[in-house]
Amino acid sequence: MALLEVNDLKTYFHTRSGVTRAVDGVSFSVERGETLGIVGESGSGKSVTGYSIMGLVPQPPGRIESGSAVFDGVDLLRCSPAQVRAIRGKRVSMIFQDPMTSLNPYLRVSTQLIEPLLIHEKISRMEALARALEMLEAVGIHDAAGRIHGYPHEFSGGMRQRVMIATALITRPALLIADEPTTALDVTVQAQILELIRTMQRELGMAVLFITHDLAVVAGLCTRVQVMYAGRIVESADTRTLFYAPKHPYTRALQASIPATQAKGADLRTIPGMPPDPSRPLAGCAFAPRCESAIASCSAGTVELAPIGPGHLQACARVQRGEI
Amino acid sequence: MPDNILELRDVKTHFTVRSGLLRRREVGAVKAVDGVTLSLARGEVLGLVGESGCGKSTLARTILSLIPISAGTVVLNGRNLSQASSEEIAASRRDLQMVFQDPYASLNPRMSVFAALSEPLRVHGLCPPNETPERVARLLETVGLPTNAMRKYPHEFSGGQRQRIAIARALAVGPKVIVADEPVSALDVSIQAQILNLLSQLRRDMGLSLIFIAHDLSVVKHVSDRIAVMYLGRIVELGAAAEVIDTPAHPYTRALVSAIPRPDPDSERTRQRIVLAGDPPSPMNPPAGCAFHPRCAFAVPQCQAAVPALEPFRGREVACIRVSEI
Ligand SMILES: Nc1ncnc2c1ncn2[C@@H]1O[C@H](COP(=O)(O)OP(=O)(O)OP(=O)(O)O)[C@@H](O)[C@H]1O
Ligand SMILES: Nc1ncnc2c1ncn2[C@@H]1O[C@H](COP(=O)(O)OP(=O)(O)OP(=O)(O)O)[C@@H](O)[C@H]1O
Ligand SMILES: [Mg+2]
Ligand SMILES: [Mg+2]
Repeated sequence: MALLEVNDLKTYFHTRSGVTRAVDGVSFSVERGETLGIVGESGSGKSVTGYSIMGLVPQPPGRIESGSAVFDGVDLLRCSPAQVRAIRGKRVSMIFQDPMTSLNPYLRVSTQLIEPLLIHEKISRMEALARALEMLEAVGIHDAAGRIHGYPHEFSGGMRQRVMIATALITRPALLIADEPTTALDVTVQAQILELIRTMQRELGMAVLFITHDLAVVAGLCTRVQVMYAGRIVESADTRTLFYAPKHPYTRALQASIPATQAKGADLRTIPGMPPDPSRPLAGCAFAPRCESAIASCSAGTVELAPIGPGHLQACARVQRGEI
Repeated sequence: MPDNILELRDVKTHFTVRSGLLRRREVGAVKAVDGVTLSLARGEVLGLVGESGCGKSTLARTILSLIPISAGTVVLNGRNLSQASSEEIAASRRDLQMVFQDPYASLNPRMSVFAALSEPLRVHGLCPPNETPERVARLLETVGLPTNAMRKYPHEFSGGQRQRIAIARALAVGPKVIVADEPVSALDVSIQAQILNLLSQLRRDMGLSLIFIAHDLSVVKHVSDRIAVMYLGRIVELGAAAEVIDTPAHPYTRALVSAIPRPDPDSERTRQRIVLAGDPPSPMNPPAGCAFHPRCAFAVPQCQAAVPALEPFRGREVACIRVSEI
């Protein structure tokens, strides 16, 4: 059985301006030790998928409308508070996209680092501090001993991000949900953090759900990738297939927008139009209004992920019918 | 009218550091920015890159007078901001705006998007009240957000959506210079491309100048005319964007460029990176001479003797005494 199995997850936000279908029927699984990448449009529900698994969706306005997220036999969306406490923050931990909102500005970095250890493991403050120091060094904070008692605002953006990474890894989780963990980091530190994640995977068999928009990082790190658009998965495949033989028109358009592959000086290719307003229900394929290959029938009926090759799923009806 | 819209001369920004748990003693100074001289021409995009913690955001905040400068001058359009009164600094915001690295921290959570975008228009008297909703709607469209976003609050948006609100806020006053600290790192590639195209259009049409801080070197190369590479509070290489990235000269720039990940799984699995030996140095206690020498494959004993100056080298400037031999 997979380490994490998410089935038909729906997370909506009920706000004054309507119902936002942030995550609208998402199913996937993460095997032990593997790295699954989630990429996709800004606002497509990547972070909310992570929050839902971690039980961190603010309710209200958020609500888990349906689905399950079974981690090692326990449904995280429905288990008892005691079970939740034993798992979240210990066996499943998350690195957040925004280090400043998840680090408490009024608490010293040392206090925040040792907190998960004091809660989940029976160890002394001294031992916890030693582990914290070791972890801070592992994420590449120089002079860790001199800085561990500082406050978050005394650290640069990238250093805060690494403190966050250290708090998530310090409990040696079985599953790490990493939401844009390296976007605030320069490429040399980024390479170092990705190497640290790989090492923890080798040594502890840690699985990683890696949320990012950086396709280059995905290329080097992930075993499989799934692409989200407007709250749904539109394509999922092993990394090589997704890069070398993408099928869904959104995946193709996304790939064509990568600046590294385009000539300097000219305008960058973009996807025309805007992402759909998630508070207005759309019939058919949510990408149709922006899709070069769309025809009238794309904006009607329902869209389902269907296999197109071994381990390769995609949701474009025209691709499924062999028209494009 | 001066040729350069912005001039930095030997800018230094130091922080005092305290240590200890209770009575925190002063234990030294972080020389976050330690002697930066740079100019920004009208309509120019200057990319600023460098290792995390090397002082990019501190330099940006110093330019905006958000933190006190320790030494040196910042001259905006001929006016010296380093000696300006708080009224003069407030007035300079009409010309000089910043997009912060952390949009979560820079947007007031209790202000609706409409309030956040209309405030700068009101403060600088740029738009009659009856036209404000229309202006705000157009600003939102410019950054690719639906106009009904104006009734919402920051927490109702995703990371990338908030970053676009922050960009719209900086654009609201029609500034001449924007200092953008990682403005597109939180965005997916297609919206990132839209924002970058928008910035180049504003620069063509309105002569906007930009200091563009980012760690994604392919993005920096694409948008910048020149690139400045920082290491531990100083500029170590400065030159035309494509040259700096395609034929890096300073050993640090070479290591940086070799670490750029490529969106190609096969080449990612096989390629060679220059792995930097050792830890990044402590800005509290920088190595003697060239701060990069402990991690540099080309270092010789003289590298420890003095801090190398930025000197002309093949059409650019490089701070390395061995650059012509390596
Ligand atoms: N607390 C909230 N209240 C209302 N709407 C919300 C809330 N949090 C998220 N949303 C909405 O849910 C949708 C999905 O957001 P999510 O943060 O998951 O996007 P994302 O894919 O992570 O995007 P990004 O790449 O920009 O981080 C967005 O349309 C967002 O506006
Ligand atoms: N208020 C402060 N007090 C003490 N030290 C500080 C303060 N702000 C920044 N620093 C230190 O100054 C140095 C430069 O920080 P800065 O935020 O400018 O780096 P940066 O180049 O923007 O890095 P990043 O790419 O990670 O955002 C870091 O060592 C940081 O810890
Ligand atoms: Mg997100
Ligand atoms: Mg910074």
